[in-house]
Amino acid sequence: MKAALQAIQQQATQELEQIHDAKELENYRVKYLGKKGEVTAILKQMGKLSPEERPIIGQLANQVREEIEAMIARKGEALKAELLEQQLLAEKLDVTMPGARRPLGKKHPLTQVLDEIKEIFLGMGFDVAQGPEVETDYYNFEALNIPKGHPARDTQDTFYISDNVVLRTQTSSMQIRTMEQKKPPIRVIAPGRVYRSDAVDATHSPLFHQVEGLVVDKGVTMSDLKGTLEIVAKRLFGEDVKVRFRPHHFNFTEPSAEMDIMCFHCQGEGCRLCKGEGWIEILGCGMVHPNVLSICGIDPEEYSGFAFGMGLERLVMRRFNIDDLRLFYENDLRFLDQF
Amino acid sequence: MNLSMRWLKEFVDLDVPTRQYAADMTMSGSKVEGYAVEGSEITNVVVGKCLSVEKHPNADTLVICKIDVGEGEPLQIVTGATNMFPGAYIPVAKDGSTIAGGKEIHKGQLRGAESNGMLCSLAELGLTQHDFPNAIENGIMILDQEYPLGMDIHEALGLNDTCVEFEITPNRPDCLSVIGLARETAATYRLPLKLHTPVVKGGGGPVSDYLKVDVENTKLCKRYIGRMVKDIKIQPSPRWMRERLRASGVRPINNIVDITNYVMLEYGQPMHAFDYRHVKDGHIIVRNAKEGEVITTLDGVERKLSPEMLLICDPDGPSAIAGVMGGEYSGIYDDTQMIVFESACFDNVSVRTTSRKVGLRTEASGRYEKGLDSRNCLPAVERACELVELLGAGTVLDGMVDVDNDQKAPNRIPFQVDWINRFLGIQVSRQEMEAILKPLDIVVDGGELIPPSYRADLEGKADIAEEIARFYGYNKIPTTAITGVAEARLTPGQKFERTAVDTLLAQGLYEVMTYSFVSPKVYDKIRLPKESPLRKSVVIGNPLGEDTSIMRTTVLPSMLEVLSRNYNNRNLSAACFELGNEYLPVDGQELPDERTQAVIGMYGDGVDFYQLKGVVETLLEALNVTGWEIQPQTQDPTFHPGRCAQVVCGQEVLGILGEVHPLVLQNYELGTKAYLAKLDMGRMMAHVGPEKSYHPLPKYPATTRDLAILCDEDLPVLTMEKAIRGAVGDILEQVEIFDVYRGKQIPAGKKSVAYSLVLRAEDRTLTDEETDRAVAGALQALSELGAQLRS
Repeated sequence: MKAALQAIQQQATQELEQIHDAKELENYRVKYLGKKGEVTAILKQMGKLSPEERPIIGQLANQVREEIEAMIARKGEALKAELLEQQLLAEKLDVTMPGARRPLGKKHPLTQVLDEIKEIFLGMGFDVAQGPEVETDYYNFEALNIPKGHPARDTQDTFYISDNVVLRTQTSSMQIRTMEQKKPPIRVIAPGRVYRSDAVDATHSPLFHQVEGLVVDKGVTMSDLKGTLEIVAKRLFGEDVKVRFRPHHFNFTEPSAEMDIMCFHCQGEGCRLCKGEGWIEILGCGMVHPNVLSICGIDPEEYSGFAFGMGLERLVMRRFNIDDLRLFYENDLRFLDQF
Repeated sequence: MNLSMRWLKEFVDLDVPTRQYAADMTMSGSKVEGYAVEGSEITNVVVGKCLSVEKHPNADTLVICKIDVGEGEPLQIVTGATNMFPGAYIPVAKDGSTIAGGKEIHKGQLRGAESNGMLCSLAELGLTQHDFPNAIENGIMILDQEYPLGMDIHEALGLNDTCVEFEITPNRPDCLSVIGLARETAATYRLPLKLHTPVVKGGGGPVSDYLKVDVENTKLCKRYIGRMVKDIKIQPSPRWMRERLRASGVRPINNIVDITNYVMLEYGQPMHAFDYRHVKDGHIIVRNAKEGEVITTLDGVERKLSPEMLLICDPDGPSAIAGVMGGEYSGIYDDTQMIVFESACFDNVSVRTTSRKVGLRTEASGRYEKGLDSRNCLPAVERACELVELLGAGTVLDGMVDVDNDQKAPNRIPFQVDWINRFLGIQVSRQEMEAILKPLDIVVDGGELIPPSYRADLEGKADIAEEIARFYGYNKIPTTAITGVAEARLTPGQKFERTAVDTLLAQGLYEVMTYSFVSPKVYDKIRLPKESPLRKSVVIGNPLGEDTSIMRTTVLPSMLEVLSRNYNNRNLSAACFELGNEYLPVDGQELPDERTQAVIGMYGDGVDFYQLKGVVETLLEALNVTGWEIQPQTQDPTFHPGRCAQVVCGQEVLGILGEVHPLVLQNYELGTKAYLAKLDMGRMMAHVGPEKSYHPLPKYPATTRDLAILCDEDLPVLTMEKAIRGAVGDILEQVEIFDVYRGKQIPAGKKSVAYSLVLRAEDRTLTDEETDRAVAGALQALSELGAQLRS
């Protein structure tokens, strides 16, 4: 009997090799461990053994059974793993096929850069103000020290609604509105649409965007103006940017300046991009004119301030190498999709 | 302003390269736009002398010349010109030279004869007869004297000046002159300014025998000086004067006209010369125009005048529009014998208004409207007379008529060194400041500063600070950070807009930006009713064109244009939005109401009403707008009457959405269905609900019941949903439509709507009885609408 058991085990071990799927494995299980299986048959004959032999053979028989059960289990696992492997192989995809994207909209490039500018200024403690685009002559000109008949009005071709109402030509109108509503300390930027009667071409648009800025407090100096705008230039154009301030004239600031950055392309040597100047004009700025402070009820002896204004379109054109301003307002999705 | 460097150097001993000069002047406040060297295109052109002229053996129209260019062997050059003669001094473009326009000249064969270069005409040197009145236009330029042979032509012709172009800001009309820029130059380099005082000999007898001036409007004519010259000999002005005018971009005409232009450029004072024959009775009257008066100006155009305009007249009528342009008989003629020089100061606002109204902008008006200095009138007219004598153009009469009504005291500004230093953030001594101010003619008088009369822009101490800053150097001012408490935040409105933008982007919409002004025709294009109040727009008085002539009262046309453009650019689909303003006029209010709208536009495969509605619903939810409902809207002619809805909150309409009406699609050349929505940002914001607060997650299980309801086709599902909600009450967690069926087994005019109801109580597990009761209630409510459970 002992020999028979050993033979069964040996045979079972050998036979396992031949099994390739779950069905064969089941037949195999039945063949050895089923009710009529070979191991079961041995166990059934246990009664015929002497009491001395019985526990020894019984133990051996159980060992053989457990061994076969374990083999079946292992084989079962192996077969399952193999099956999964095959299935996964069959499910293989061409992962280089294009992805099915969920739709994602895009901000207009002007908004993208404007948001960046707003973030820079919010971080520096500037509120963001908004105001009317259809504006009175008073806020757009008069209170900014540009009386009627002043030649400075000629440099801004104005759209008139009536003698007294215009489409604002500059966001500077927001300087006045801000100072009327709020007492110093003031730190504010005012982005928005402005209008000039320039015919449409690649570099002109009757509608464009400006970002105005205003700081009023006790003891604000021209050094502060330079320091603040230099930081802004670094945030916008990178830490390595070189800036210069150049005298200019605006009626509502005194002294007035324009801030240039050194041309990235030629490093100041002068090239086609900067029209040979080596520098690119970025914004206009200056110390708030005492007359303007007075008009707004702020004592220029006690307070001082600075203001600046930059054109958004030109900034964005430079950022993305856009050579035609009209594209911004044509809104062709093939254009908008590029940013 | 174009500045001749040669002219400048008469006033300042400047010795810096032009590029450096341009950079330095820009940094001290006179912005240089560019500069150009005269005749820089012309190279290797020299003075030659014609030795012989012979007929070309093979061509009747050509001649062969031998030209001595001072290089030993004469050059043989073939030319077609007919004015060559032995002994002529001419410009010779040698082999390998370039002439005007950058054209290269090389030696070659002309009809079998060797030609080693080219003889040049005026045009080939970039010149005209105005520059060299004695040369002819058609033919070789014959030089006016015997220059050394081989001399560079630039040197021979004086064609070697450099012209620097300045951008002068409107506050500095004094810099629209050679002397003004010389003063800035001198201050920039701290060099002495060499000014010249004109001296007039006169001798023509007293001017008072000939001329009388009456200024009727002394407010608009602050000063009027008349000086006279007799025995005029009109001829070309000398070469040095022509050269300077040319380098400054002014065309030489004749000696008298050139003198007026020369003085204007040098002093910045516009001058006019009247032919005395056309000054009736020798009587000049400066007065306002009369109602209905007209004048024919020098350019031959008749112009209507109005009473606020100032005129220069004689007893017969107007002879010039003051400071703008002379009348047709106010010019100088070849036979002019006696002239009156006018050197006057007119009110800047008046000249500006007049010049705009008559539509004439001239060199003179451009200067006057910036505000000129009446003190400059006298030196300018003296200089003109001095030049007359220098040029031998006539005999100057003695004395002048000077009507001067501008005797205001000079401005005085406190000189506060400490304030200036604090304001600019610098440390500059009083002594240094005085050294900066002195070359600018700003006089220090104790604790006060007196700016010169031509610097009307210097009004207060901030203006003085700018002068200090300019010459101290803007870039030497240190940079500091602003101090003080900075507390910035976005307003609720700005946050609301940000959420709207983020939500629309997340739904795959692209942001667009459109013009705020539109054509009045758009109202017809979107089929706005004739009586619609939206047809009343803010109108631009001076638009660029009709297409941009009114401020839009609705953003829909702008979005339709975007869709149309994309469609016609063959973009298969589009989904866009804009936060754009509408400008609504308000009665009794000067400025319109500017209302921001969220406008959505879509077309393309798979886009339908419900997709648009989904976008709108998601937006409303993300913005936390509460109490809204979307109801059918059949009355808006822009939209398909059966596929349009409005978003309402109680009585208030927040917006509209729908499929665009086919006729509107046609108007916008859209060959596909398109969908539009518009929501008023302000109104939505007024309905924002309370801040979100946490609800415990459910502890008890939910029960789901599905109901198929048969109802009339026309019964809106919203009505049914409301009935179900009303009947079931709080335990109705969710009611959802999962199918709408029409067809087999459903009678015509009916539809079957399948609802899935989720019922749950917060505090217990619902019993079957409770659930059954709730469903029965819902069915009862539905039956009152004529809707039954489908059996």
